[in-house]
Amino acid sequence: MSLDAFFQHLVNGISLGFIFGLIAIGYTLVYGVVKLVNFAHGEVFMMAAFFVFFGFTLFSMPWWLAVVIGIALTMVLGVGIERIAYRPLRNAPRISSLCAAIGMSFLLQNLAVVMFGGRQKSFYVPPFLATTINVGGVKVQAVTVATIVVSGIVLVILTFLINRTKMGLAMRALSVDFDTAKLMGINVNRTIAFTFALGSALAALSAILWALRYPQIWPFMGFFPGWRAFTAAIIGGIGSVIGALFGGFMLGMITILLVAFFPAAAGYRDAIIFVLLVVILLVKPTGIFGEKMSR
Amino acid sequence: MIVNKKTKLILTIASVLVFLLLIGLAESFLDPFLRRILNVAGIYVILAVSLNLINGFTGQFSLGHAGFMAIGAYTAALLYMSPALKAMNFFIQPLIWPLSEIQIPFFFALIVGGAVAAVAGFAVGAPCLRVGGDYLAIVTFGFAEIIRVILNNLQGITNGPLGLKGLPTYTNLWWTWGWALFTIYFIKKLVDSSYGRALKSIREDEVAAEAMGINLFKHKTLAFVVGAFFAGIGGGLLGSLLMTIDPNSFNINLTFQIVMIILLGGLGSITGSIVMGVTFAFLMEFLRFVESPMNVFGMVIPGIAGMRMLIFAVILVITVIFFRRGLFGQKEFSWDWFSRTGRRNPE
Repeated sequence: MSLDAFFQHLVNGISLGFIFGLIAIGYTLVYGVVKLVNFAHGEVFMMAAFFVFFGFTLFSMPWWLAVVIGIALTMVLGVGIERIAYRPLRNAPRISSLCAAIGMSFLLQNLAVVMFGGRQKSFYVPPFLATTINVGGVKVQAVTVATIVVSGIVLVILTFLINRTKMGLAMRALSVDFDTAKLMGINVNRTIAFTFALGSALAALSAILWALRYPQIWPFMGFFPGWRAFTAAIIGGIGSVIGALFGGFMLGMITILLVAFFPAAAGYRDAIIFVLLVVILLVKPTGIFGEKMSR
Repeated sequence: MIVNKKTKLILTIASVLVFLLLIGLAESFLDPFLRRILNVAGIYVILAVSLNLINGFTGQFSLGHAGFMAIGAYTAALLYMSPALKAMNFFIQPLIWPLSEIQIPFFFALIVGGAVAAVAGFAVGAPCLRVGGDYLAIVTFGFAEIIRVILNNLQGITNGPLGLKGLPTYTNLWWTWGWALFTIYFIKKLVDSSYGRALKSIREDEVAAEAMGINLFKHKTLAFVVGAFFAGIGGGLLGSLLMTIDPNSFNINLTFQIVMIILLGGLGSITGSIVMGVTFAFLMEFLRFVESPMNVFGMVIPGIAGMRMLIFAVILVITVIFFRRGLFGQKEFSWDWFSRTGRRNPE
């Protein structure tokens, strides 16, 4: 394999890693604040792709407007899910909210089948993203570069939101100690709603990037990216943003490099990811960047 | 009046006999459509009761049932298919040697299928010592998906995505409900034994249970092994009933259906799992009308595929949010119910 091809795969892996990372951050933010695995996150991801798709095809909006409205609708959806299914169960046993999350995921999936049909639809890719850029002999798709750039910008904004704003402070406080944070006058409902909105926006963004990369969308598309991203979040240490990003990168790289270097084993990539997950959980149950949990 | 133990035993034996008689009648007189629904109902009961042992009684939220079923279904099918049938199925790549020649009776094939699933259950249950709650759900879910991936890729053993077709139909009401009765009996006995009390104490408080000297590893893996064994049996029966299996039919939706049954019936209630398992099998068939075109006051509404599952999903979410305990909570059927309702003036 030539050096150029290697770099090509590397760039590819980085951009896929960013997408997984963005989804994983959505899981991690929600888990950090409400200690709930949002099983419906993959379905929020899927819905976002459909929102943008319909904004573009049905209402013939310009693509950038469809993207903005799609992200906004997804945020509303995320907050709505929290309001309807998770808030009534906030003080219930953990297993109940877990069931509610699984139920919501199941519901959204079937809702999508009923509303949008089970067949695959092709997602519109703006012409300027469909081209190939040549950087010093390394041929890279424009989508790949766009993914890296957009994710980079989003990560900077996210870091600012979490570390420099009042809302970010409230989120961090809730994730450290829910009850004490409440006593300190933090508006719990608003902060949680904000967290879900933020997570959903990240899901929407990654869904769009995903759909530009693999332009076939259907009601079950959220499933595997969702599962892999969640695995990434656990591997990195759930609750940690850096960990989620790191885990996402790791999975993106494994996925791409495995296909590139061992095409025979490509079918087993999810099995390999799973074994990695189990090993990491056994060695370090809170993940690579996770803090030690008390029982 | 409190029903004494002996009367209860007689009542139980009598009702089982009546039930067996009904099965016999159903097997010989019922039309194939209803018989098929009843078969599916029996398999749902096996699956739901076994999953309830893991999720409901031990409190280890597993989403791996479809994986265990797939293992059971494939192992059993590869053992009870005739060599000629196997040769016909494996036309892309022949089946590896010892399996291609073996054929054993259905019953033993099922047992071996269950046993292999139980080994997988041990492998999944073991990491469960370190991971709990939500993590476990993800790990088991991942496990089920991995089984699917492996079945899709091991062309020489599983025939890959093509699946196995034309399986001989051994499954009838005797098989399904016979196994269902055995599953219910076994798991009921297990849950009521000292093992069962240990399992329930793990559900209630893991740390306290450990402090009381309960071996967490042993009991958690026990729940997984037993649950997986019966899931494997259920998978084997299902394969022979459907006459065709392929890796993608054992997907997460299958697990979701079973999880839905136990949540609606009540986590930790065998009675609930049985009642909901049968109800679910019938509803799945009789709700088909919502997916066919409807004529409402002269307006024709075209049928929408997937409507049934949406209805179930809505019911599930409403149940989880508003009726958290499901239909039966943790209560079980008992003959005392009748004596209590029969008594007019409680003193």
